[in-house]
Formats: sequence, structure tokens, C-alpha cells
Amino acid sequence: MTEQALSDIKILDLTWYISGPYCTKLFADYGADVLKVERPGEGDPAREMGPFFQDDPHPEKSGLFLHLNTNKKGITLNLKSEWGRRVIKELVKDVDILVESFRPGVMERLGLGYETLEKVNPRLVMTSISNFGQTGPYRDFKASELIIFGMGGSMKSLGLPEREPVKKGTGTPVLFSGGNAAAMMTMIALYAAKTQGIGEHLDMSLFQAQMGSIDRRMSELIAYQYNNEVTVRVDRRATRMFPYGIHPAQDGYWEIAAVGSQWPAVSKMLDMPEILEKWPNIMAQIAPGAREEFDAIFVPWCFEHTKKECVELGQKAGALCGPLATTEDMLQDAHFRDRGFWVEIEHPVVGKVTYPGAPFKAEEMPWQIRRPAPLLGQHNQEIYCEKLGYTKQELVKLKEAGVI
Amino acid sequence: MAKLPLEGIRVIEWCPIWAGPYAGMNLADWGAEVIRVENRYHFPVYTRGVMLRTPELLAKQTAGYAAFKKEGYREETAHNCFVIFNAHARNKLSCTMKLQDPKGIEMFKRLIKVSDVFLESNAPRVKESLGMTWEVVKEINPRIIMLSMPGFGGTGPYKDYRALGAHQEGFGGHTYLRGYVDEDPTTTTTVYHTDEAGGLTGALAIVMALYQRSKTGKGMYIDMAQVEASMCHLGQAVMDYTMNRRITERMGNRDYHGAIQGCYRCRDVRGKWLPAAPLMGMPEEIEVVDSWINITITNDQEWQGFCCALGNPDWTRDEKFSDHLSRLKNHDELDRHIEEWTREHDVYEVMHLLQKEGVPAGPVIDEQDAYSDPHMRGRGFFEQLTHDDAGTHLYPGLACRMTKRPNSLRQPPVRLGEQNEIVYKKILGVSDEEYAELEKEGHIGTDFADEAIGGGM
Repeated sequence: MTEQALSDIKILDLTWYISGPYCTKLFADYGADVLKVERPGEGDPAREMGPFFQDDPHPEKSGLFLHLNTNKKGITLNLKSEWGRRVIKELVKDVDILVESFRPGVMERLGLGYETLEKVNPRLVMTSISNFGQTGPYRDFKASELIIFGMGGSMKSLGLPEREPVKKGTGTPVLFSGGNAAAMMTMIALYAAKTQGIGEHLDMSLFQAQMGSIDRRMSELIAYQYNNEVTVRVDRRATRMFPYGIHPAQDGYWEIAAVGSQWPAVSKMLDMPEILEKWPNIMAQIAPGAREEFDAIFVPWCFEHTKKECVELGQKAGALCGPLATTEDMLQDAHFRDRGFWVEIEHPVVGKVTYPGAPFKAEEMPWQIRRPAPLLGQHNQEIYCEKLGYTKQELVKLKEAGVI
Repeated sequence: MAKLPLEGIRVIEWCPIWAGPYAGMNLADWGAEVIRVENRYHFPVYTRGVMLRTPELLAKQTAGYAAFKKEGYREETAHNCFVIFNAHARNKLSCTMKLQDPKGIEMFKRLIKVSDVFLESNAPRVKESLGMTWEVVKEINPRIIMLSMPGFGGTGPYKDYRALGAHQEGFGGHTYLRGYVDEDPTTTTTVYHTDEAGGLTGALAIVMALYQRSKTGKGMYIDMAQVEASMCHLGQAVMDYTMNRRITERMGNRDYHGAIQGCYRCRDVRGKWLPAAPLMGMPEEIEVVDSWINITITNDQEWQGFCCALGNPDWTRDEKFSDHLSRLKNHDELDRHIEEWTREHDVYEVMHLLQKEGVPAGPVIDEQDAYSDPHMRGRGFFEQLTHDDAGTHLYPGLACRMTKRPNSLRQPPVRLGEQNEIVYKKILGVSDEEYAELEKEGHIGTDFADEAIGGGM
């Protein structure tokens, strides 16, 4: 098998929660040797976050943690101890990348700021992930996924006009996305460090990453500059064009946007050639009463079919459409199964479970699971004794002192 | 001072709408020479407008993320003033090739020969019908990295499915997970998370492949489905199904991990605004009474801070809110109390009052707020660019900063065919006579041909 692209890359991972670990996971899954450093005792707070295997809130059973930390090795270390900081400096000598997601200023206070670490390893790429960035008036503000999306992203235009704006999906897609942006930037900086021999320090702000997102935000910001118009929420059901939007089917919902040039496809999908004559063009479609008349045909048709049937008939006819798939639908979907997207990973505590797999595939750059997420402190002995040369007795003392 | 990371890397971008071009934008921002290959005989709907030479009447109705620049609107240059395109097109080059013609294909192949990366995000049948598959591309240039990133990827039963971003969201499970709990899902508005995830992941894949190539000397083909890149972001929902066979439902603005959380109305401070709602038959002017704050209260300490910011009113001492679990149980009632307070205050005032007490809070920021936000201004996020057709404006800038490689936007959004001369003459080595010939044959130009075909999805 071809060597993984990042098999010669070493990463010291001081991140926790979601964005940072997703960033380093993307590297680990393509071969990087990622060493995750956790707090002694509780470890990464994501271990205390659901969903849990069989709803048992056990630190080794968090599905969120298991997904975010595949292929990483894990040690525990108290960074507030003198010894802990010495170990970090020792490890930094030998790594290509350090990623951290502490609140801005914490690394400096620990004596582990970029200026210090750069002296130890001039080629180091250090990525600092934070809510608002390392500078600016909001630097020390607290945030959540909702708050980052509300400030950075295009939340204001989501939802009904008379109601509150709504965020993205259940879970934290915006924090995963921030980790994805951090991984992309870190890879660019790593490529520069390798080709130019000069390290880098990245200031990755989750807020700013959303402001620079293609998911409507940049376009809307430019539209405001061009036209002095602010985007508002609209009730999409009010559109006069059809068929457009989310519709109920027999067993769930599906979405279609087959207006304008898609109209012949709609007639094919419904097997109703007569609608082409009845509403020959967009002007006929937006005439008063037309939408209501069409709905009287279309709504019952949807209810006669499952969401899967609606989508299959629509796609067969060439209409732009898709289901509102549940997680169950996604896992059972023939397409993602056929592509081998889902993977099974064996873990010493939860056993064999299905996970999301490779975000991209290349024969010359394989994605591979070499190990599941680490147990808390699983690689302490390997790293401290075999790599750094401490004795087992010393490890016992450090454990007693709460350092590891 | 170091060079930009990707200087010297040449990328061909042959991509519609957002996901592929967003990947290209990230490479261009960090120094790559990104050349868009466009076609005067194919009008890419939603990429450069809503239709060929969109009539002014229709253009004036566009709004929000699909707006044209309305002031000084000209049908002939409308394709250079469309915000879906201008959002990603900075720092790029554009050339035109008539790909329905063998000579156009030959030029495309010559460009492939001298490029490092070939980025494309079309439906697979597009590259197949034009003979631009990896089998062909690798023969021309074995060192090239080809990333194909259509919605559903290059294999599988949905390979040829037709879908917009909105529908990809549905296949990937995101739409089902969004929206108000107490409203019907038909009210759920569209997001484009697959474009965001696809663009970021695509750029990551390309730079990773460049690194691999620096070691192996070999090019490669990368297969990516935008939907799959986005599905990785739904970790909690996916894992709850695979571990517990539980289907996750939409939760509105509530927190999956059990914090007290919501979006609350603040005191209105606005006057009248033109609505920016695409083709929805809205009135021309509406009163926006719209000012909202997001608040998250994760633990007892933040709750104490919250009560303190409010001046500890009586209701906060109610038994129903005495600990985190009771607060979660009485979340609806708590929301009503919180909103009673937020409605009396300006949204930025609420943010500062709460943040001062260590409570996570932030406004829901619209475009006007964004440009005046002291934090984004302080970080120099917005940058001024002058575009020949659209004029001088501020644009959203770089999403991230490097310490040793200072960077800023170098060029305004690229106009159709703007660098034809550079691409054909300097990069492909076409002679002046040949260039004139190509121009006469319609390959080269700065507008779309009258007979251009629409579509492209």
C-alpha cells in the first residue's frame, strides 16, 4: 500500500473540545503521528459530552470524542507544573506542528508562547484556534457554537420573518467547520514550512472563519456593499413559483426546486403532460391562483409516495431534488454504502461501531484507521519511558503528584 | 519576510457556483496562481448570473446572496457584478476557451500540461462528455493533481443525480436537523454547508497532495463528494445513530450538550430597510423590527454571572431555576424571563453586560453590523478593492492571518476573460497571429456569446 501523505509528520496536539480535535483528526487520518495531551483526571472535556455508547456517561464512551480523536496517541500531563512545561518543550523540538485551542494568552502565561517555542524549533508551525482570535476587543469574550454562528455566520437570514433567527443543525457543525478551516490553513503553513524552511504561527479565529465563509456570508456582505440592502428572513412557502421548497411525503419530507427550465421534468415526474399546456411559462405560473391549483395536484401526489420514491421519480425525470434524510436514512443509503463512506472501528471499551469515514479518497494518499481514539493516558508509558527516557518509578511519582 | 506559501503553484479551476471555487479561492488567497477556465458559449447559471444577459427588470429583483450590483447596471457586464461569483473570485485569473470546439479542448490540454493542479467540481458527465477524465489528464501531465469534487463524488448510484446545494444538504442529513421544533419542516430555510465544508476540505486535499507529490514525484486523482465532507461535521447525530440507533431530531437553537441557550429579541434600533429576499414577492420596503442576541449558560458559575448582570431580580431565585437540571427542565419559562430583560436593552449593550460577568453572549449580526463591528475593524478584516465594472467597495478579507507571511487581497474579483492575453500568450506560448485567430473564432472574449447555452447543473 502507498505510504500515507503525512506519515512523516509529527503533531503535538494540545487542543480539546471540538474544533481543535477535528483539525488534528484530519491530519491523523491521513497518516500524521498525532500526540494528544490531556489534563490528568478528567481529560478532554469532550469525554463528558454525548452521545454516549448505550447512554452510559463514561469517559471512554463518548461518541463525539471517539469520532474526533481517531488515530491519535494520548498522554496526560499537567501543563501548569514546571515538569509539564519542560516535557512540552522537549516534545516541541521534534514535531512539525503544534495545535492549541486555549483561551488567548494562556500559552504565553504557561511560558509556552510561540516566541519561546520558535526558539526551540524554528520550523515549527503553530496553530492557535480561538473563538475570536489572538487580538481585538472581543479577544477574551466567551462564546458557544450558537454565538459564533450568530456573529460570524449568516444566521440572521435563517428562519421565519416574525420569529427568532435559527442556527445550523443539531450538534455543532459550525465548530467542525472551524476545525476544518484550521486544518486547511495548517496544511498550507506546513507546506510553506517544508518548502521554505521557515515556520509559522496561525491565528485562527472561529468568528472570522465564519465571516469569510462561502455559505452565503461573503456574498451577502458584498451585496450590502453593492446595493446597501440588508438580508432579511423570508417565509419560503410564500413563493409563487412551483414546485419549490420542502414538501411532506408519505413517510417524511423531501425538497425540490424545479422551476423555470425544469418544468418539463416536473411534467415527466408527475406523468402529467397536460401541465405543460396549462402553465406553459413562468408568467402563467406566477398568475394569481396558479400555485393553489398546482398544489391541489402536487400535494396529494407527494402523499402517495415515500420521500425516497419522490426523489427517485424526480431524479429520473431530471428534476433538482433530494430527501430530508434522517441519520437512519444516511446510514442505510445505498450511495454512501457503495462508496464505502462508513467504516467500522474496533475500540477496547465500546467494541465495534460505525463511524464517518474519509472526506476524500486518493490511491496515492490513503485514508486509514490505524487505531481508535486513545484511552485516557493510554500512551503515557510509551511516550514518557520509551521516548523521553523516564523510568517507571518516576512515572509513579508524577502520577502521585497529579502531573500525569 | 517569507513568500506566500503557494507561490509558484499553478491551479486550473473549472468549477461552477460555490464549493469548487471556494477551494480555489483559499489556494489563490495564499499565493497560488489560480486560473479559471470559462466558456463564452456556455452560460453558467447561478455562477455568473441567473440567465444570459439578465434583463435589468429581473436583476433589480435579485437580492441577498444572489444579487447583482444594481446601480449602473448593464446587461453586457452583469456577469462581472454578480455577488455569488464575486464572493470567491478575488486573486484569481480568468481565461475563456470554447470547449465545444476541438481547438478549445486542445488549448485546455496545453494548460493541463503546464499546471500543478486541476480542480473541477462539475457533474461527472461533464468531464466525461468532453473527454477530460483522469485517464486522459494523467497522460498529458503525470505530475498533475486532479481533484474532482462533485456533490455526490465520482462513483456510486447517485453519481449522476442532479442537485443544488439545498438538496445536497438534504441527502447529507443536515436539513432534517435544522429549524424550529414547533414549526413544520416546510419552513426550514436553506443553508449551504456542503459548499463550505466541500471548499475547505477540497483545498486541504490539494495542499496535502502537493506535499505527497514533493516526496513521490507523482501526480494523483482525488475523488471527493461534497456531501461526504459535510457529513463528517454531523458527528453527534451520526454517532448517536450508529451507537444507540437513535434518530436525532431538530432542536432549534437549543444546545445538544445541555447548556441553557437561545436567541432572544432585543430592543429595536432600526428604521426602514429594503428587503434583500430573492424573488419572493415581498413588498418593496419593510420595517425591520429585528435585533437579536444569542446567550449560552453552560454552568452554575455562568448562571451566577447572568443573575448578577440582571441585578438579581426575584424570579432568578425561584426554586425552578435553582440548579442546572431544574433550569433545563424549565427552559421554556426561563426563556420568557430572559427575553423580558433583553427586550429592554440594545443588543450590543446586552452582550457587554453579560460578557463582563463571564457569560457567553453575542449579537446576531447583519451586514451593516458586520462592517461597523469594532472587532472585525480592529483586526483589519475588510479590505477595499476597485473593480472595473462594480467600482470601489469594501470586501470581506482573509479568514485567517499568518504571522510571518503578511498577506492581503491582491486583486479584485476577476472579470470574464480578463487575463486571456496572459494565459494564451505567456503561459501557453500562443503567437500573436494565432491569438488573433482564436479571438476571431470566438474562443477569446470578455463577454458571453449571444448563442451561449444556459444550464450547467
